Amino acid sequence: MLPDRVVFTDRALELLRQLRAQHGELIFHLSGGCCEGSAPMCFRAADFRVGQQDVLLGVIDGCPFHVAVAHFRYVARCQLCIDVVDGGGDSFSLEAVDGVRFIARSRLFDDAEAAALAAAEPAPGQRQATTSP
Amino acid sequence: MLCEIARSDADDVERALDAAHAARKGWARTSPADRAAILNRIADRITANVVLLARVETRDNGKPIRETLNADIPLAADHFRYFAGCIRAEEGSIGEIDHDTIAYHFKEPMGVVGQIIPWNFPLLMAAWKMAPALAAGNCVVIKPASDTPMSLAVLMDLIGDLLPPGVLNVVFGHGSEVGTPLARSPRIAKISFTGETTTGRQIMQYAAETIIPQTMELGGKSPNIFFADVMDHEDDFLDKAMEGFALFAFNKGEVCTCPSRALVQDSIFDEFVERAVARVAKIKVGDPLDPTTQMGPQCSAGQLEKILGYVDIGRQEGAKCLTGGARAQLGGRLDKGFFMQPTVFSGDNSMRIFQEEIFGPVLSVTRFKDLDDAIAIGNDTVYGLGAGVWSRSVHNTYRVGRAIEAGRVWTNCYHQYPAHAAFGGYKLSGFGRETHKMILEHYQQTKNLLVSYDTHAAGLF
Repeated sequence: MLPDRVVFTDRALELLRQLRAQHGELIFHLSGGCCEGSAPMCFRAADFRVGQQDVLLGVIDGCPFHVAVAHFRYVARCQLCIDVVDGGGDSFSLEAVDGVRFIARSRLFDDAEAAALAAAEPAPGQRQATTSP
Repeated sequence: MLCEIARSDADDVERALDAAHAARKGWARTSPADRAAILNRIADRITANVVLLARVETRDNGKPIRETLNADIPLAADHFRYFAGCIRAEEGSIGEIDHDTIAYHFKEPMGVVGQIIPWNFPLLMAAWKMAPALAAGNCVVIKPASDTPMSLAVLMDLIGDLLPPGVLNVVFGHGSEVGTPLARSPRIAKISFTGETTTGRQIMQYAAETIIPQTMELGGKSPNIFFADVMDHEDDFLDKAMEGFALFAFNKGEVCTCPSRALVQDSIFDEFVERAVARVAKIKVGDPLDPTTQMGPQCSAGQLEKILGYVDIGRQEGAKCLTGGARAQLGGRLDKGFFMQPTVFSGDNSMRIFQEEIFGPVLSVTRFKDLDDAIAIGNDTVYGLGAGVWSRSVHNTYRVGRAIEAGRVWTNCYHQYPAHAAFGGYKLSGFGRETHKMILEHYQQTKNLLVSYDTHAAGLF
């Protein structure tokens, strides 16, 4: 059994469901860069296109959760636990209007988990990142 | 309660665009001299109200008053003056294709442009974007960050009478409610964004639908490189370099160009880092309205949480905490403030705290062997916004400066932001530039008139 790369707390899951009831199908993408970066962005599924430079980290309650290949290289070592904190943030992410925001806490995979993930080929993203025509 | 601010929506964005489009032709026809005069009057108004604007900015963002008084607000005024000067000196060109055929190139405004600014330098980033756009003859619809709307609101109160109606429009509100409708509107001719990578991509996807140009500034993980020769003498230069190490704490690390990775040469590593960390430990964290405070609180609770999360990751990955590493509990009325201790880790450049933008006062330090090693580690990042290099040798500073893949390499200095120096990113840090007169081109169309003065037919038909 492979460890999950991304898990949601109960509060995060509840917020996900509220947002979906309000906006329809959702997509999560872990951001990089400045300001609100290094945090999960939650968009309407139709409002954000993922492609060959993205890795699917997991599917949470039917919602895909992606990260860019460039950031996956480092994030891959950790299990992300998505939680909700009070205090808004100036984000384009849908939850920010309610004065809360998703955040990602990280737990480093232990050796056994890391080995299991490494053995599971292809690792998420590697197919996209390394396959050439 | 600090202030109440409008929570606008897509209809308000449309109204702002209506106003901008109504003003567009008149502003484009206003002579460069008259536009420049207005920009200079805006600068005068800002200068006359430095104390007010600095206090507003400090209250809203938490940055120390010493910085808003001496940097943010004066620099904002200077950017208006700078672009007032640039537009007076702007010229098109004439090319002689042959004896009877001439190519005239005119620079025309793009029309109505959208601008989305971040919360870390609310007024200065607004000035960076507004001044060149207005100078070039565009009308602007701008969205300040929802966390820091106050200074732009106050500025509009101060300068609202200087510009014709509709030329400059501010729409307050949240990213998803205001930013998204603005960015995806077919009624803007250009979009400029400063923020994180995922939203940057989203905005570029919208821009792909409307086929408009963008400029993107998306952050960095800037290396600050210290060669051994900085310690050759116990002098002012060494003191300056030590301060350069501590500059990661400037604006509480909430700077896209934060020098968040320090690369220190092996032979001086232990002594240099020990002394530099002692200097970091003396940084005065406190009430940002106190003129002696050197570092204020983080901008929001969520920001502080994220920073603490990275401190945790740093420890899990085995980085060694040399100072700080926790929330700063200041006691009294400040005890619940979002204060962070200036934090320094030593570790390896492959660690997440060396690779991901924390946007807080957290420095990750590692060592390098020689010039090539410094360049390799410095470039081992997906970002390329800024860098610093410190050495008494022009060979070192020039070689590193040219080899680092970043838009600006501060050489024996850091965190200076003059109007007449180009700023922008390589790699995932984005594209396009801000500041410097070259950014006028990001807000201009090129009109070519290809004119024949030959009175004879070409002879084709």
